[in-house]
Amino acid sequence: MSVDKNMNVLIVDDYKTMLRIIGNLLKQLGFNNVDEATDGGMALEMFKNKNYGLVISDWNMEPMSGLDLLKKVRVLPANANVPFVMITAESKTENVIAAKQAGVNNYIVKPFNAETLKTKLTSVLGEF
Amino acid sequence: MEASNKGIGRDKVITLINSVIEKVGAAGELSRENIYAELKDLHNIIESTRADINATRATDISGTHIPIATDELDAVVEATETATGVIMDSCDAITEYAETLDSAHKDFMLGEVTKILEACSFQDITGQRITKVVKSLKIIDEKITQLMNVLGEKLPTEVTTPEGDTRTGDERLLNGPQMPDKAITQSDIDKLLEDLF
Repeated sequence: MSVDKNMNVLIVDDYKTMLRIIGNLLKQLGFNNVDEATDGGMALEMFKNKNYGLVISDWNMEPMSGLDLLKKVRVLPANANVPFVMITAESKTENVIAAKQAGVNNYIVKPFNAETLKTKLTSVLGEF
Repeated sequence: MEASNKGIGRDKVITLINSVIEKVGAAGELSRENIYAELKDLHNIIESTRADINATRATDISGTHIPIATDELDAVVEATETATGVIMDSCDAITEYAETLDSAHKDFMLGEVTKILEACSFQDITGQRITKVVKSLKIIDEKITQLMNVLGEKLPTEVTTPEGDTRTGDERLLNGPQMPDKAITQSDIDKLLEDLF
């Protein structure tokens, strides 16, 4: 089954630069419906109005971190299984383990390149 | 008693205090002068410690150096964010233009734009690292403030002003980039030059 590039994608990061970088890279990959949030709480609010086909989130944000967002998304009735990719500078083993235990689908360490993003999204969504 | 800070340890102070307590307990057998001598030793140690801390100008560290350092670091984050925004605006413009080109040129330009975008992530990483440094500086600031509160009124409370700068010659002129609210603009400089000549 091919990936629906018109799906709603939510990117979450407290750095405007990173939102813009990921947004542009997603656009180059053909994803056109991309929303942005600057912390977990704002992202969670956005789930009230829209269903998402993919979430790409930073970890280190305040007041709600990416890990907290992931845990809360995993109990949302309509979005519990949404593919969730963490993109973060947190690169310790225990971070990856904690994210995996919380239900993350993939984990990208910053700084990353476009090829890594495409590879990880392919492993989560399938070929596109 | 020689009260040098290098030789003073917590253990030595505790030993002295215990010694005084023992002697007070046995005061009937000892003269008041002996107890007084022990207390004077303690007093000398405390005064010496205060003098050494005073010499480090702890109030300057907390009142001047750390605030300057955190302001400068905040300015670095802001400046790199602004510069990165400008670079990415250019990337957007190039991408838009590339869409009008033939496939080979378009692919080449989009490939190069992608490399620029990837490199721009430095701003996020440096921002996070600088935020960590600022947090550490604030912790140091809190610890110094606590120390000053403990040692209290015998430390100087005034902070050294820039007039206290002891540098001379060209060195005195080298202060690096100014904070935006303290820097003068190019038009200010032009006007100043006009007025001077």
